[in-house]
Amino acid sequence: MANPIPLRLHPASSAQKKPIPQNLISDVMAAARYVRQHAIASIYHAGSGHPGGAMSCADVLASLFGAELNFWADNVSDPHRDRFVLSKGHAAPALYAVGAHYGFCDKRESLALRKLNSKFQGHPHVLDLPWVETSTGSLGQGFSVALGMAMGLRMQKSQARVYTLLGDGELQEGEVWEAAMCAAHHKLDNLCAIIDYNKLQSDDRNDNIMRLEPLTAKFRAFDWAVIEIDGHDITAILTALRRASSTSGRPSMLIAHTVKGKGVPYMENVPTWHGSVKLTREKTEDALKALGASREEISEFLA
Amino acid sequence: MSAAPALIAQGNDSLREAFGKALTGLADEFPNVVVLDADIAGGTGVHHWRKAYPERFIQFGIAEQNMMAAAGGLAATGLIPIVTTFAVFCLRAVEQARLSLAYARRNAKIVASHPGLDVGPDGGSAQALEDMAAFRAIPGMTVISPADPIEMALATRAILKFDGPVYMRTGRSPAKRVFGDDHIFEIGKGKTVRDGNDVTIVACGVEVARAIEAANSLVEEGIKARVVNMATIKPIDDALLAKCAEETGCFVTCEDHNILGGLGSAVAESLSASLPSPIEYVGARDVFGASGEPEELAQAYGLTAPFIAQAARDVIARKKKN
Repeated sequence: MANPIPLRLHPASSAQKKPIPQNLISDVMAAARYVRQHAIASIYHAGSGHPGGAMSCADVLASLFGAELNFWADNVSDPHRDRFVLSKGHAAPALYAVGAHYGFCDKRESLALRKLNSKFQGHPHVLDLPWVETSTGSLGQGFSVALGMAMGLRMQKSQARVYTLLGDGELQEGEVWEAAMCAAHHKLDNLCAIIDYNKLQSDDRNDNIMRLEPLTAKFRAFDWAVIEIDGHDITAILTALRRASSTSGRPSMLIAHTVKGKGVPYMENVPTWHGSVKLTREKTEDALKALGASREEISEFLA
Repeated sequence: MSAAPALIAQGNDSLREAFGKALTGLADEFPNVVVLDADIAGGTGVHHWRKAYPERFIQFGIAEQNMMAAAGGLAATGLIPIVTTFAVFCLRAVEQARLSLAYARRNAKIVASHPGLDVGPDGGSAQALEDMAAFRAIPGMTVISPADPIEMALATRAILKFDGPVYMRTGRSPAKRVFGDDHIFEIGKGKTVRDGNDVTIVACGVEVARAIEAANSLVEEGIKARVVNMATIKPIDDALLAKCAEETGCFVTCEDHNILGGLGSAVAESLSASLPSPIEYVGARDVFGASGEPEELAQAYGLTAPFIAQAARDVIARKKKN
């Protein structure tokens, strides 16, 4: 390998051995609930969008933005900020929702999903919203862009880390495996990828479209540090993210087992809701109720 | 503007070597430049860079899609990534260049060696005759094809100074010298390298030397052909083309590329909006290449000076009929 820049060793700080505080977990859970509500409302207003995969990744996104990323609304252009890339760009409503919750964008404005002249396109675009870090929507590319960011940061001796979220169907893109091989070869331990493994893709179950298993074995064979977690268990997600950030010499892959449509009973595990779908007002109200929104909150979301 | 030059010399440098050497010489001036390679540094000219600046050289293995998109990530951290591979493999990563470089408006440069029939014996599968058309269609992408080693060195510096995504062709085979050391290259500007008022021959890349040869041969017949080196295919120099249309009234375009979508199309699009003029197109006529030596292929596919000269006679005849 040509690159002689010494590997950065992550300090396994004593803080990482402490249990995760309960109030942090409750904050993240509240954020995840908001993310689901906001995403459903924006998809309702848009008249199209992908709700299933936005619901399945809400807990992971809330955990990253609420407790892991060194990335806040007031440091979006700090060169040493941590980066997050939504490689599964069709989950944009969830990304906009988590951004709205943590102050990266306006709560009201970001409900104008998929509208002409809105910055909140159907898939994230970095020229519209710098805090989304790069434009995604063609599966596989965000993963490579994240890898490039991790390389660039390391070459410039930054301690910042790069996180990226992939869909499971996305893993069928050949580029993903080019990137997987490359990140391990270059020992990019400042890169952490997370797979939203909800087992469903656009048309059907992964198993019926193109089998992914044995998935953990695949990434272990590519020399990644792989951690399998319940992608709806905030404590498990945060613990795994801590482990990933103290892994040295290898990139980390969190395989997050999730439920597509999680939190909305009529959507859970039904591939139809991969979307792009139109949500009726009634279906939207049902969903928001199930997600714990009050009557007032529902009328505000739907106004 | 020189009315003369035949070719200055039969230089022994290929455009790819000229690029690799020029880039390496610019490393200190542009400390943020990093070079990306997909296991063909020996062929693209960047072996010079790898040797001198191994810490600024990134090996991606034979995986161009990942390399192209990763360049977007590197650019996002403030580096200037130079993606290097063969032109035909750039085609493989067009969509990565579209989304992760152009759509995100990254300051990344794609430098493609081995374009066109100039590739020679490797044959049709390796000869990209479609790359300029594909990259030209991407919004915000600048497309450049320098003519000789001198211009390649100048263009290399120019693309590093330029902020935005660029696709630049180099070349595999030894390139003829067209320009002297006083040559000036500016992105978006064509250059008249030989004067004349009967016809304008617009060329890029290896075809510029052949266009000059054709213009020289036409003198014997009393035809004064103007030769324009159009090293920037996009954005095309509309003002210069309009001036040539006014002064010469007809055109021949020459490129080592499909006549659909490349320089010829760009010239036609430009003239149709200013002063529509008869055009004859020299290039691959919507066909794939084949194995053979570059000169043999140029002959077989109608890219050499005699074909350009004939195209000039034909288009002048058309002009006179109008």
